[in-house]
Amino acid sequence: MQSQMIKSMVGPAFAAILIMCLLPVVLETYTLTLLVVYGMLGLSLGLIWGYGGILCFGQAAFFGLGAYSYAIAAINIGESTVPVFIGILVPAVVAFLLGAMMFYGRLADVYMGVITLVFTLILFRFMNSTAGPDFVIGKARLGGFNGIPGYQTLNVPGFPDEYIYGDALYYLAFSLLIVIYLLLRWFLKTSFGRTAIAIRENEERVELMGYDVRIRKTLLFSLGGGIAGLAGVLYANWAEIVTPGLFSLGQSAEIIIWCIVGGLGMLVGPIFGGMLIGLMKFLLGQQSMIDNTLILGLVLVLFVLFLPKGVVPTVSKWLPTGRTKSRKRRRKSQGRSRKSEA
Amino acid sequence: MADIILETTGLSMRFGGVTAVDNVDFQLREKELRCLIGPNGAGKSTFFKCLTGILKPSAGEVFLDDQETTGWDPHRVAGLGIGIKTQVPSVMDGLSVHENIWLSARRRSSVAEANRKTGEVIDRINLGGLAYKELGQLAHGERQRVELGIVMAGNPWLILLDEPAAGMTGEEVEHMSDIIRELNRNAAVIIVEHDMQFIRSIASKVTVFYRGAVLMEDDVSVVLSDPTVRDVYLGKKA
Repeated sequence: MQSQMIKSMVGPAFAAILIMCLLPVVLETYTLTLLVVYGMLGLSLGLIWGYGGILCFGQAAFFGLGAYSYAIAAINIGESTVPVFIGILVPAVVAFLLGAMMFYGRLADVYMGVITLVFTLILFRFMNSTAGPDFVIGKARLGGFNGIPGYQTLNVPGFPDEYIYGDALYYLAFSLLIVIYLLLRWFLKTSFGRTAIAIRENEERVELMGYDVRIRKTLLFSLGGGIAGLAGVLYANWAEIVTPGLFSLGQSAEIIIWCIVGGLGMLVGPIFGGMLIGLMKFLLGQQSMIDNTLILGLVLVLFVLFLPKGVVPTVSKWLPTGRTKSRKRRRKSQGRSRKSEA
Repeated sequence: MADIILETTGLSMRFGGVTAVDNVDFQLREKELRCLIGPNGAGKSTFFKCLTGILKPSAGEVFLDDQETTGWDPHRVAGLGIGIKTQVPSVMDGLSVHENIWLSARRRSSVAEANRKTGEVIDRINLGGLAYKELGQLAHGERQRVELGIVMAGNPWLILLDEPAAGMTGEEVEHMSDIIRELNRNAAVIIVEHDMQFIRSIASKVTVFYRGAVLMEDDVSVVLSDPTVRDVYLGKKA
């Protein structure tokens, strides 16, 4: 079972590494790093929405919290290793608390959407109004609308002067994305992951089987928050400044669009969606004829109308995928084992 | 005499001004098979939901295996080893038959044990050929069977079934009552049911609900020949 699991991961891992090495031929690593960050952020929502059935309108809140926590910790500590973990932990803990409140309160989906949306708005407003010298955490000034610039960026752990930037940051970010992707693939095969999917399908049934749905949803939500936080940390290191714009509604809405465009209910879909739309925005940003958001809106409408399942599931339906093959193989081997039992 | 494994004392459930369940004292013994019948709105299903924790009773207590479980959440009630099937088929349509049953088996046993148990259950509900088919594509009767399989896989000592025969064909109902009788060898079973044919075929002790209270409790033949029960079912004033 375990070895089968590892075997099934070798292919995707190899493909991902190949993509990581090939992409810099086409685009600058500077742009690519941002796309990878978007991919990771898409993945974080794809996980909780596509597998947990939790539609969160505030994924940008955890992204922003990750970036801000990293920046604030980096200014205070001056070395990046601990701040990275803080940047993951803070959003994960906040997501845990927010999730616990929603899931133990048994809020319906609509209210959950409203609460996550409002949570993002509150952070956006708050961060915008922290301009004065009163808003200080340790040595870090929150800086209001202007954000926080000038913090220690990623360095080789233990060597504050050995910065990881440019190409190295790209390879690091992409490697992290691959590692998270593989870990999530494994996670979704565990008993916990399988119950999470079951909860999306029918919460009541899972509860009547005797599983505590509330804690499971809360933990999954927290995991999604942590991954969004890591994306935020990487973003903070790419942009070298964090601003309240990270918490904006536009940002939150965009992540949802990535998931729809890429395809929900799978891990690759939202990653691809995030990178694709990110790239599109980058290319559109180079011209000034049409407004960027107008096109983004059009893309969303077209996708909802014509490709409601998203790019990746649609494309993989056309291709003879490995998934159907392996399923056939599984069926065959089962038939064989049954025969041998007989 | 066998032990009492389920008991309610003075159980009441009120919705605003309506009293759906009114001061019900109920007892069930180990490995007993009991049917709850009654006309629409008699409070059978509400009573059932109070047992499973889906509803929190307004008054009274529920004891399961000598533990007071009044007001417990459904997952804690189910976690005691109680299999529950609700009125509307409640299954996971997007997942395979195997996965549906495996998840239930996994709750109270190890992965290896759950894998073994799942195969066993699928054979017993006769769905071997459809094991890896998505549940949403199956017929109504098959999905009902899967739900029964989910209940079975949990290794329960008490099984609560709300209208298990609803919407099934005659043949399916027969198969269902076979499975229920088999389950009854290791577990007590409570069945909420409308279908008299089905109740006769399982033949057991019957509790008649009427206007939220227990009207009578006796063997199926006695109950069905009782004039009051007939009147109640035909809608006459009792």
